Amino acid sequence: MTNPTSTTAGPAGVELRGLVKSWRSAAGPVHAVRGVDVSIARGETVALLGPNGAGKSTTIDMLLGLARPDAGSVSVFGMSPTAAIDAGAVGAMLQTGALVQHLTVRELVTMMASLFPSPLDVGEVLELAGIEEIAGQRTNRLSGGQTQRVRAAVALVSDPDLLVLDEPTVAMDVEGRHAFWATMRAFAARGKTVVFATHYLEEADAHADRAVLMARGRVVADGPTTEIKAMVGARTIRATLPGADLDALGALPGVVAADRHGDAVILSCSDSDAAIRALLDGWSQARDVEISGAGLEQAFLQLTGEEEAWEDPRDAGARPEESVR
Amino acid sequence: MTATYLRFELLRTFRNSRFFVFSFGFPLILYFVIAGPNKGVGDFEGTGISAPLYYMIGLAAFGAMMSTLSSGARIAGERSVGWNRQLRITPLRAGSYLGAKVLTAYAMALLSIVLMYAAGFALGVRLPAGDWLLMTLLILVGLVPFAALGIVIGHLMTVDSIGPVMGGVTSLLALLGGTWFPITSGFMYDLARCLPSYWLVQASHVGVGGDGWGLQGWVAIAAWSVGLSLLAAKVYRRDTARV
Repeated sequence: MTNPTSTTAGPAGVELRGLVKSWRSAAGPVHAVRGVDVSIARGETVALLGPNGAGKSTTIDMLLGLARPDAGSVSVFGMSPTAAIDAGAVGAMLQTGALVQHLTVRELVTMMASLFPSPLDVGEVLELAGIEEIAGQRTNRLSGGQTQRVRAAVALVSDPDLLVLDEPTVAMDVEGRHAFWATMRAFAARGKTVVFATHYLEEADAHADRAVLMARGRVVADGPTTEIKAMVGARTIRATLPGADLDALGALPGVVAADRHGDAVILSCSDSDAAIRALLDGWSQARDVEISGAGLEQAFLQLTGEEEAWEDPRDAGARPEESVR
Repeated sequence: MTATYLRFELLRTFRNSRFFVFSFGFPLILYFVIAGPNKGVGDFEGTGISAPLYYMIGLAAFGAMMSTLSSGARIAGERSVGWNRQLRITPLRAGSYLGAKVLTAYAMALLSIVLMYAAGFALGVRLPAGDWLLMTLLILVGLVPFAALGIVIGHLMTVDSIGPVMGGVTSLLALLGGTWFPITSGFMYDLARCLPSYWLVQASHVGVGGDGWGLQGWVAIAAWSVGLSLLAAKVYRRDTARV
């Protein structure tokens, strides 16, 4: 799809090479990002998926030039982040942030549009973000969800080729999320590159072509969302089954590993449907059966296999604002 | 492209009614409370100036200083909601950002000066047109260090701490600079002559036959301007680097 207002040309996308970033804090250095390599093609929508403290926000700060990497490099369409921003090629919705007061929504969007070389028409942005109805309201009289939609409009107003969203839906209700992603997908359909951070697997699955899994400042997996979903979407069966033979349980169809906690057995499954049928056929005395999703944190622990270090707060990659003060 | 930005920057400052009450209302009320009862005093504390005129020029300088420094509170507020980070991912230059802040501060200062003149006029103060003009121009020059100081404080303080800090700084500078009582001799005089607030008050005295700044005044204002501007540039850059 052609983009008449595009300010950049050529095939280069977004390249993150060997990024490392540490912060000083009262408790010692925080190794927020410990070597991140990601290539994103033009027009791709990529999710940075990971639990809190994985280094997603720090990576995004470096992508936007808000933080300088200790090592490594960032290239946005063949330019430095600053050059890309000056060209109006980057729009972003940061994780934390409110709006300045004493302006109407339309005035605020107009003010931001005036800063860019080739912005979208303000009316078009208001329509795209679904905020035409509140265009005349003062920014300090908006609900949380409305504020997020105005922030989305601010991110879109420069007609950026790269859109960066850092956990954009955290403050939204279900309806708000739905409307938000509809807006972003419509924008991505114009051939834009979109990078978003999230700790919701469902969000990455529903809206990204590809997911980059981050944990403890590193990329632990990178692939199509279907692959990632299979990897971290594993389920666990837990049942009270005194004296059961773990080897036999581990050999059941769909079961990857079997474990015992007292009278309970815990089966890690690649196919929990097959596993539960086989379990109940062979061990009808099984009680208190639970099937649960593994959850991202647990899935990441299995992927990284470094459980003990996970709890170290100095390695948690806390946000700089929190760690410095 | 920055003209539109500046227009909305001014607009949202002028719409902040709480700021207006404190920045403009407070000096005006103070003026009528202090100068009102002394309306008939023709030679105040041996200065040869009438009491309403003495307090008008003192409070014009004080109000202008407060209005200029208030840009610090606006900057701290923007930083607290992450707006500075949002602006840093636009092509807006540091010079344009800080320039808009300084221009807004000056617009507020000029308005507070004009309001104080009107209050003085209401209490019978009359001056030749040239004196009003010269006095105002010199005050505006004397505000340069305070414009820079506002930027410095706005980047160093949080929304919670800026109120007390700003109150303390303005009160101390006003007191030591001779806004409330004439300072004419001794250690306090030597100290005052090193402060930008003293020269701001002296600037306002030009309108009543004062002898202006002289070399020491110009050197003091220039030194404070350069020093605080360098510091403002430094804290602004550090703010970029940290977040």
